[in-house]
Amino acid sequence: MKRHLLEAADLDRADATLVLDTAAQIDQALAGREVKKLPTLRGRTVVNLFYEDSTRTRISFELAAKRLSADVINFSAKGSSVSKGESLKDTALTLEAMGADAVVVRHSSSGAPHRLANWVRGSVVNAGDGTHEHPTQALLDAYTIRQRLGRLEGVRVAIVGDVLHSRVARSNVGLLHTLGADVTLVAPPTLLPVGVGSWPAEVSYDLDAVLPKVDVVMMLRVQAERMNASFFPSAREYSRRYGLDARRMGVLPDDAIVMHPGPMNRGMEIAAEVADSARSTIVEQVANGVSTRMAVLYLLLGGAPA
Amino acid sequence: MTSYLIKGARPCGGEPADILLTDGRIAAIGESLSATGAEVVEAAGLIALPGLVDLHTHLREPGREDAETVETGSRAAALGGFTAVHAMANTDPVADTAGVVEQVWRLGQEAGLVDVVPVGAVTVGLAGERLAELGAMADSAARVRVFSDDGHCVADPALMRRALEYVKAFDGVVAQHAEEPRLTVGAQMHEGDRSARLGLTGWPAAAEEAIIARDVLLAEHVGARLHVCHVSTAGSVEILRWAKSRGVQVTAEVTPHHLLLTDACAESYDPVFKVNPPLRTDADVEALRAGLADGTIDAVGTDHAPHAVEDKESEWAQARPGMLGLEQALAVVIETMVEPGRLDWAGVADRMSVRPAAIGRLDGLGDRSQGRPIAPGEPANLVLVDPAARATVDPAALASRSRNSPYAGRELPGRVVATFLRGTATVLDGKATR
Repeated sequence: MKRHLLEAADLDRADATLVLDTAAQIDQALAGREVKKLPTLRGRTVVNLFYEDSTRTRISFELAAKRLSADVINFSAKGSSVSKGESLKDTALTLEAMGADAVVVRHSSSGAPHRLANWVRGSVVNAGDGTHEHPTQALLDAYTIRQRLGRLEGVRVAIVGDVLHSRVARSNVGLLHTLGADVTLVAPPTLLPVGVGSWPAEVSYDLDAVLPKVDVVMMLRVQAERMNASFFPSAREYSRRYGLDARRMGVLPDDAIVMHPGPMNRGMEIAAEVADSARSTIVEQVANGVSTRMAVLYLLLGGAPA
Repeated sequence: MTSYLIKGARPCGGEPADILLTDGRIAAIGESLSATGAEVVEAAGLIALPGLVDLHTHLREPGREDAETVETGSRAAALGGFTAVHAMANTDPVADTAGVVEQVWRLGQEAGLVDVVPVGAVTVGLAGERLAELGAMADSAARVRVFSDDGHCVADPALMRRALEYVKAFDGVVAQHAEEPRLTVGAQMHEGDRSARLGLTGWPAAAEEAIIARDVLLAEHVGARLHVCHVSTAGSVEILRWAKSRGVQVTAEVTPHHLLLTDACAESYDPVFKVNPPLRTDADVEALRAGLADGTIDAVGTDHAPHAVEDKESEWAQARPGMLGLEQALAVVIETMVEPGRLDWAGVADRMSVRPAAIGRLDGLGDRSQGRPIAPGEPANLVLVDPAARATVDPAALASRSRNSPYAGRELPGRVVATFLRGTATVLDGKATR
């Protein structure tokens, strides 16, 4: 493993598989135990440095670190010196002086974790940067797919929605490709980046044509404010062309699953009866997020103290 | 005033000759000259070029003296071989009145290292809404001829048309920062494969090309001169080639960084590589070199853009765009154009001195002319370059007050050994004289 996890490309196939296998071992070790805690990272310090509100991701990382017995500090940009204008570098040097072994960072600017990695000695884990990447989301998604379908090699995955602005899509395209899955991106052309042709994925504008041929359909959150910038004419039209409703779910192969990284816009990109169906893995994804992040922290920090 | 006898330099790469500088002029050129009392400069193996002229420099004064001052920027310019620089108008306050341009001009005179030629803003406060008092700036002591809202595009087509027309009265030129603002909202880097992967909002080539296409048509329609700042795309070069073939009075510049670097630099997320217009692709770099070689692009303009450390040591999106250029401009041109055989030394003199001086109307000012040939009787504005020297760029060693050089750690050819401004040495032995 590399020292940092900044993007999916930091993981080769062996490393990615190791993370998934480790997450599975952790799940096994904790299954049925009353005290869901391992002593592995006792005495190590994990800082959650969140420049964007993201309660679910922060809680997931916090729980992961605590279950490994690490000391956890939540450093939220709001209500700290950051809101008074402290630079990312000064914050990094402060955390460094306090002896953080790992910094989990969420930031609205693409590349902020890469910058941070220049300034701290500990491991940096990207918990979502701008419209760039969110590698632990891709890991938990891959873990969930493997858990449900038993494999990743050759699995056909459709990623549907606002690919242009999605860090989840970027990380999933990279990681799923590394792990041997076949990815198709489905979106209106306005929500695909210029340059998407260089990605290791197929591209389609037609959700109905793609659905019968996939094992996994991963819906991305679409923000209604995108329609104000003319990415699409209206929420209703978007939903009609690219939303996953019960009718569309019906054309999926029998054992295909439906994923969503959350938070969902019910009625926009996903209908309630789909989100709540047996195909949906949305709740499992949340649970798997904790064990996958435990695996990442364990593998990055589990060795000799830094 | 000291006389200098330059021994054995090759004027514009020609046969070695001695050049005698006396009383601010080139007194004589010939073999085995001698002059009693003249300071001898041994220049065997060195190339003599007319003093370089930059059409595009940000000196930051007034307003951001922590990033650069007229004096520190002038010193950087002299060390880069320049004898004149055009100081862009996006200062604080903006250079949109006779008062501000005269202040900048005076600061340049006091520094005395290069001719600091102020550029006037096209619109009040660079706001793109109404014309600044262009005539007052033209008539001021600063004698402004180049007008630009650089940093911002004069996006309103009607306003651009009026600006192009109005400056004809005093032989001015509008230097356009070609960027259709509606196509570059939030833009961070060139829009293409790399921006898609890096998740940085794209700055499409079409946003530059659309404005250039519009403006050459406007310039043709009203019979005005247009200058295009920092051309960065292959498509822009094609449009310029087409416009010139139609006889449109358009000129253009390319920056050293767009001749050398590509959007691959953004993969580090190090904002030292963030610049506007952004670094483009290999194909664009190739088209820019070809355009400069065949004269479609008239000049190299540095777009020297100093920034304080805190404005660059940040997240990419939070950083200010721009990079240093004055001290390495000639080196980059040698690396990208001379060594590959695409431009000879006469070509370098043409693109870095003669043509930019002509665009800025600095070539007909008598004793104070710039961009003149190396010939007896001409003002003694000269630079001596050692083409064989190579050096690794160390930002800490630069004369600029800022350190945001994209060439840090890169080995580049060519060393400016001496620079003369009207017969006064501003640089000797590679060091500024003041």
